[in-house]
Amino acid sequence: MADILLEARDLTKYYPVTKGLLQRTIGYVRAIDGISFEVERGKTLSLVGESGAGKTTAAKMILLLERLTSGHILFEGHDVYKFSKSQLKSEYRPRVQSVQQNPWSSMNPRMRVRDIIAEPLEVNTHKSKEEIRRRVLELLEQVGLAPNQADYYPHEFSGGQRQRIAVARALALNPSLVVLDEPVSALDVSIRAQIMNLLKDLQEQYNLSYLVIAHNLATVRFMSHSVAIMYLGQIVEYGEAEDLFEQPFHPYTRALMSASMLTLPEDEDKDRKPIILSGEMPSPLNPPPGCRFHTRCPEVHDICSKEVPELVKVSKHWVRCHYRAQR
Amino acid sequence: MSKIVLQVEDLRTSFFTRAGEFKAVDGVSFTIHEGETFGLVGESACGKTVTGLSLLRLLPEPVGQIIGGKIILNGRNILELSKKEMRSVRGKEISMILQDPMTSLNPVYTAGDQIGESVRLHQGLRDARVEDEVISALRLLRIPAPEQRLKDYPFQLSGGMRQRVVGSIAMSCRPRLLIADEPTTALDATIQAQYLALFRDIQKQTDVGILFITHDFGVVANLCHRVAVMYAGKIVETASTSTIFKAPKHPYTIALINSVPRLDRKDDRLYSIEGQPPSLLNLPPGCRFAPRCPDVQEVCRNEQPPEVKIGEGHTASCWRVK
Repeated sequence: MADILLEARDLTKYYPVTKGLLQRTIGYVRAIDGISFEVERGKTLSLVGESGAGKTTAAKMILLLERLTSGHILFEGHDVYKFSKSQLKSEYRPRVQSVQQNPWSSMNPRMRVRDIIAEPLEVNTHKSKEEIRRRVLELLEQVGLAPNQADYYPHEFSGGQRQRIAVARALALNPSLVVLDEPVSALDVSIRAQIMNLLKDLQEQYNLSYLVIAHNLATVRFMSHSVAIMYLGQIVEYGEAEDLFEQPFHPYTRALMSASMLTLPEDEDKDRKPIILSGEMPSPLNPPPGCRFHTRCPEVHDICSKEVPELVKVSKHWVRCHYRAQR
Repeated sequence: MSKIVLQVEDLRTSFFTRAGEFKAVDGVSFTIHEGETFGLVGESACGKTVTGLSLLRLLPEPVGQIIGGKIILNGRNILELSKKEMRSVRGKEISMILQDPMTSLNPVYTAGDQIGESVRLHQGLRDARVEDEVISALRLLRIPAPEQRLKDYPFQLSGGMRQRVVGSIAMSCRPRLLIADEPTTALDATIQAQYLALFRDIQKQTDVGILFITHDFGVVANLCHRVAVMYAGKIVETASTSTIFKAPKHPYTIALINSVPRLDRKDDRLYSIEGQPPSLLNLPPGCRFAPRCPDVQEVCRNEQPPEVKIGEGHTASCWRVK
C-alpha cells in the first residue's frame, strides 16, 4: 500500500459573480469543479495546466488560503476541516509549507535573510534565540548559501539565490509537505537546473512530499512521480508520470506535450506533426456542456458536446474522455 | 542564397551610468536573409534585448548609446541616418513585437486605431482605405471576424488575440525585417504553439526576415533557421538550428542545452552550470564564461578567445575549439 500523506476528495471552489446595487449573485465562476488527488509521502505530485485551469486555486485550498465550496482534504487520514483552530496551528499549518513563484515579491525587502528564515520558527516554536540562530545557519547551508550571507537583504541576491532563501524558509519547521507554485518559472534557464536539482536532493534527504503547480511539462516530468493534467477546473488525465508521458490518452495532454516537445523542423516532416489546437480556453463562468474540452478538441465526436465524460481508468492511469474510454 | 536584409557588424552598445560603463552589447555581428528566422538566445542581461533596441535606435539616450559598428539594412547603414529619416524606417522597414501585449498596446485606443496609426503615417492613406489595410493586417494574423475586432479595446481581447493585434501593427506596412522580442513568453503553451505556426505562415507569405529574441530553446527549435547564442554581451556561437542542437561546440551552448529538462526522456539529474553571469560593469579580462566554464584553461582567464570557424556558417568563440 502506498503511504498517502494528503488526499483531496472532490474539491470544488465556486466564486460567486454579483451584479447591481444589491450585489445579487447571478452566477458562479467554477474555478475548481470536483478534483481528487493523492500526494504520497516522499513523492511529488504535479498539477499541470494553462492559466485559468484552476491549479493555483487548488494549491491555495490545500494551504487553507481559500475555503472549499465542497469536498474534503485529508491529511494523514484526518479531515482538515474538522481540525480545531489550535490543532490547525500545531498539526497542519507548520507541516504544510509553500514556495511561491516570484522570489521578488515573496519576501519582505526590509528584512534581513536571517530574520526572513527565522520568522516561522519564532511564530511556531519556543526555541531560544541561540537555537534559532543555529537553525538558520544550518538551513542556509542546506540550500547552498554561505553563513555570512545571513545578514544581507533580499535585494543583494540574484533570483536563483532568493529562491534558495524561500526554500530555506519553507523548510524551517521540518514540514511534511511543501507546495511549490511554479518554483522555477521566474528563473533563468541555467539557474532553473540548479534549483530543480536542489529540490530533488532535499526531497530525498528529508523524505519530503511536494505538490508542484506548473505549466511546463518538461519541468514536470523531471520533478514528478505522478501528474494531474487540468483543464478548466477539472482533471482530464491523472496517473504516474512515466506512464502518462509515455502513453498519453487525452487529446489535451497530447496537444500540450506536442507544444512543449523540442522538435527540429527536419524531424517534424519525418515522424511527428505538431498538434495545434484552435481557439482558446473557454470562460469558467460558463463552461461548455458535455466534455469541457470539446470546443477545441481535434478528435471531437457527437457525444462529446452532449454527455459529460467521467474520469475512468484506462490501462494504468485515469482519463476523462469518451473516445479514449471506449477503446 | 536569398538576399541579405540585415547585416550587423561589430555592434557596440553601452550604458553610461554613475557606476560606470555597462558594455551591454560588445562587438556583435550577424546577418539575416530574406525569409529567414534568426534566433538570438541567451539568459537575462546577456544583451539580446539591447541588440534588438539598437537595431531600431530606440535606446534611452544619452545613457544608452551605440558606440561603434554598422547596422546595414537593405544596403544602407542606418546609424548614419538622421532622426527624422530613422522615423520613416521604424514601423515601415523594421518593426518590433515586444513580450507583453498588455503593456505594448494603448488601453484607450481600439485595435483598429492602433493598427491604423502606422498605416496612416507610413503609407499616407486616409479613411476607408486605412480600414481596408487594417482589415488586411488583421487577416494576415488570422484574427477571426476582423471587421468586429478592430472596434475592440485591448481589455476586450484575450492574451493570444492581443499579441496578434501587436503582430498586425508590426506587419501592417509589410516590413522587410521583424524583430520579435520574446513574443510568446507571456502566452500559454497551446496559444504559443498557435502563434509560432502563424509566424511561419506569415513568413512564407511575405518573405520577411525575422530576428527572434528568446531564452527558450524549444521555441528556437520550432521556428528558427539559424541561431546565435549570447553570453554577457557577446555572441559565443552561431550555427544552423540543427547544428546547435546536434553538434554544439561552445561550452556555454552545451551547458545551456543540457540544463533544459526534456519531455521525451526521464532525467534523474539536470546538468547545471554553477555560479552566475559576470557583472557587465566588471568583466573578466579573458573569456567571459571562464569563471563558470568546466573546461577552463590558463589562457581563457587572460585573453579573449578568437572566433573560430568550425564549418559552413558555424562559428564559436572559444580557446578549446579547434
